[in-house]
Parts: sequence; structure tokens; C-alpha cells
Amino acid sequence: MASTEIMTVNMGPQHPSTHGVLRLVIELDGEIIRKITPHIGYLHRGIEKLSEHRTYHQIIPLTDRLDYLAPMSNNLGYVLAVEKLLDIKVPERAQTIRVILAELTRIKSHLVWLACHALDIGAMTVFIYAFREREKVMELYEKLSGARMTSNYFRVGGLSAELYDGFEKDVREILDTFPGYFDTYEGLLTKNTIWLQRTVGNGVISAEDAVDAGITGPALRGSGVNWDMRRDNPYSGYEKYKFVVPVGEKCDTFDRYKVRLVEMRESVKIVRQALDSLKPGPILADSPQVCYPAKDSVYNTIEGLIHHFKIASEGFPAPEGEIYQAVEAPKGELGYYLVSDGGNKPYRMRIRPPSFCNLSAIEKMANGSMIADLVAVIGTLDIVLGDIDR
Amino acid sequence: MAENHRAVVKLKEKFADSLLEVKEFRGEVTVTVKKENIVAICTFLRDSLKYNLLSDVTAVDYLGREPRFMMVYNLYSIPNKDRLRVKAPVEESQTSVDTVSTVWSTANWLEREVFDLFGITFTGHPDLRRILLTDDWVGHPLRKDYPLQGPDREPYQGRLS
Repeated sequence: MASTEIMTVNMGPQHPSTHGVLRLVIELDGEIIRKITPHIGYLHRGIEKLSEHRTYHQIIPLTDRLDYLAPMSNNLGYVLAVEKLLDIKVPERAQTIRVILAELTRIKSHLVWLACHALDIGAMTVFIYAFREREKVMELYEKLSGARMTSNYFRVGGLSAELYDGFEKDVREILDTFPGYFDTYEGLLTKNTIWLQRTVGNGVISAEDAVDAGITGPALRGSGVNWDMRRDNPYSGYEKYKFVVPVGEKCDTFDRYKVRLVEMRESVKIVRQALDSLKPGPILADSPQVCYPAKDSVYNTIEGLIHHFKIASEGFPAPEGEIYQAVEAPKGELGYYLVSDGGNKPYRMRIRPPSFCNLSAIEKMANGSMIADLVAVIGTLDIVLGDIDR
Repeated sequence: MAENHRAVVKLKEKFADSLLEVKEFRGEVTVTVKKENIVAICTFLRDSLKYNLLSDVTAVDYLGREPRFMMVYNLYSIPNKDRLRVKAPVEESQTSVDTVSTVWSTANWLEREVFDLFGITFTGHPDLRRILLTDDWVGHPLRKDYPLQGPDREPYQGRLS
């Protein structure tokens, strides 16, 4: 008679397939998982506390560092929240550019997900290909904002700078080439026997359980819940674009994979529509008490210089009140809850991180499966520890 | 108007005694209720009004005000695509609230975070441990009387140069 004994195994925080500094303490019965205890917080930087001591503009660079694979989506959620609090209207051109960048960010974030998820399961080629394509979006970021990852490009009321010459050409090149790359990934994975064996029937979570567990974004849509904030609670002019919201059926890792691949193709469509409708115009709201002045006036007039100095050093007061603004970030619902006491800094800023809530369901999804399948579940949840720990 | 909001109408019918305030700001409706009834109200909102997704649980520290803390629950209804915010005041002398993790399981981690950073305890919570900070951490950083640079360092005086 073989004796059965529960063995406790530590996984992480430095483990390549935990996607950052995630530590899991796993209780195993042979190779079967009996209990998972996640330990997080290794990357906690206290962004919410820091935000209480910064003016509204100074918080934007902090938001870059939440989900560092999708900085523009974080920026977007934050500036929309402050704009809602201030009740200012952003010009159409700025809104359209925001949508273009947010969707390119979604593609970029999904490419990292695909690359790492495939690598974890053993498909190394996809990893190299997806990172190669991601680099093209990063180059665009760098040309536009000066930084590959921490873009800090959006401002309260609009954008920090006008697009560079040739932006449209660069984006169109991405739009023309990327669908072909997506075909390549699908060619490598969708009918690949190893891929199917590792993903079909793995990490199943029913729609009801997923909603109860607070899962949002593509992970929730993979479980068959037809909900996308871009369509259902549109912001930044998303109601103008036509796109399909993909939904899974079998609630497993393979369906979540398909959902994200369709999402990337839909993002390409949205960017194309947005680019076609892009018209010249102002990129900042007509609210001088909130927005930075144009660089031309800062360098050439004393009034402009004083104006810039005042906004940079003192910021602007926000009316007393509280608002919650959520956006459909690549990983799910990213929400900002702002409480203002009338001062130039938020009294409280709460970030509702998508990865945090998605990760909390890991035990429900992986319990009872083999330890090797846990790696696939971590990959399919698409977590980023910067977002979880804040 | 906030008074015509579908949830507010129903809550006024069913929980008139627990309702403290109804407010609308920028199109968002906030309902403040007594913390004693929070589980009953949340269950009612989930079952009868289809607020099936608990987006967020957090707290705010209004130091110097009475009651000092405010619990904040941001709810979303996926069938009806609308939001509702429920708040519940918590006194400093009795910083405990009943857990809503029995209503939505996502509240488990979110309440642990509130416990970790604000020191509010949740009665009936299945696993109330610190989540972001280490187990031996002293203090609760998001409280307003916790200094920004940490308790063991001189307060930041601004740039000297």
C-alpha cells in the first residue's frame, strides 16, 4: 500500500512562469493540487498613498507603473476619472488619438500575454515572434512619447503633445502587417495537438462563478459573459466604432485564448476606423485653469511661462466630490475611485486593479488539476504584478 | 435624478431605516447605509436588482471627522449595465464591519486589502490576513495619520536644494 502524504511546494517569487514576483504555496497530493495560497505584495510601492501627496498631473507617471505592459490604458483610465471629476470636455481629436493608442496598447499587452502563455506551455517560437511584433508598437511609443514603456503621454484635458509627422504611416504599417502575424500565431497554435491538450478543458470556470469571483475582461468573456465596457458603457468616443465582442463557450483556457486573439483583430479594426476619422483640431480642452499651455507660448511669452509654472507647481483644485471611472483595460476592468476635498491633490485615490481580482480566482480554477496545468492557468489569467501589488 | 434611480426606489421601500443619505454627483448615485445592515442590503441588491458584479471594495479615512472611516462598495450590474455605490460609515471605536464575502467571493481579497491598509476588521471573514504587506508589519499605511515616508523616518521637509 502506497501511503498518501500531502506535500507543500513553494513556487516563486522568482519563477519564470509566475510572470513576475508572485509566490504560490501549493499543497500537493502526488501531482494533484489540493490547495493554493498565493502570496502577493512583493512589488507594492504604495501608489495609492503616494497619490494623496501629489497634484493631479503628477499622478499620471505613477499610473504608467501599474500595469506596465499597458501604460496607455492606465493613463486613459486616470485622465478620464479626473476629467469626470472636473466635468471638462476633451476635444474630438484628442479622444480619437486616445482610442488609437489604447487599442494599440491592447494589442501590445495581448502580445505579451500570448508570448509568455505559449512559452510557459512550451511553444517557444510564438514567444519570439510575438515579442518581435510587440517591439513595433514599442517603437511607435518611443517616437511618440520618448519612452518605450512608461509613456506618460496623456494629460488631463487631452494629450501632452501633437502627433509626430509620419505617425499615421507608422500606424497604417502596423495595421497592414499585424493581421498576417496573427494568422501565423494561429497557424502555430490553434490546431497544434500539444497546445490543445494543454489548454482544452484546463482552468474551467463557469460564467456565474467568474462573475462572483470578480473576474473581468477577456478572462470573463472566455466564460461566455457578453460584457465589454467599450460597447456597454462607452467612453472616449468608443460608441462611434464598430467592433465585435468575442465570447467563449467552454469557459476553458482554449476559449480565453481564442477570445484574446479575436480581440487583437478587432482592435486593428477599431484603430483603422479611428485613423480614418482623425481630423485636425485642438488636442487639449479649452480649460486654461486645468491644462498646460502650448509649448510655443511657454517659450515665447511671459504669460505662458507663468501659466505653465502655476500648473506645474500648484496644479489645479478639483471640486469636492467622489467619482468612479472604469475602462476596459486589456486585462479587465480598471477603475479609479477619486475622492476630492476641494484641494489640488486627491483626498483618496483608489485603483481597482483587474489582475488582482482575476488572480483571486486562481484557486477556484486550478484546484484539483495537475501542477503542470497551474502554469497554464496563471498564463491564461494574464496577470501583471505591478497591477496586483500597486 | 437620484431619487428615481431603480435601486434607490427599492431600497427606500425595503430598508428605509438603514438609509442615511442618497447623493448624485456627475451622474453617479451613492447610497450611504448603516453598516449593521450591509450584508442584507448587498444580498438584496445582488438578488433582486441584479448587481451581480462587485467591482471594488475600499475605504476612506476621514481623519478628524466622526465617524472616521467610510467603507465603499462599487457595484455593477452586468445585465443592466449600470453602477451603484454603497457606502457605510465605520466609527474609530468599533472598526469592524460584517463581511460581504458571503455575498460575492471577490470580496475576500478586497476586504483583506482594506484590513491590511486601513485596519478595519471584517466579522465572519474566512481568511483575514494581511495581503500586500508582510505579516509582521506594524500600522496601516493608508490611514491619514500614517506618515508618507513610514513611521521610523523623519518627515519629509520638501527639497532642500
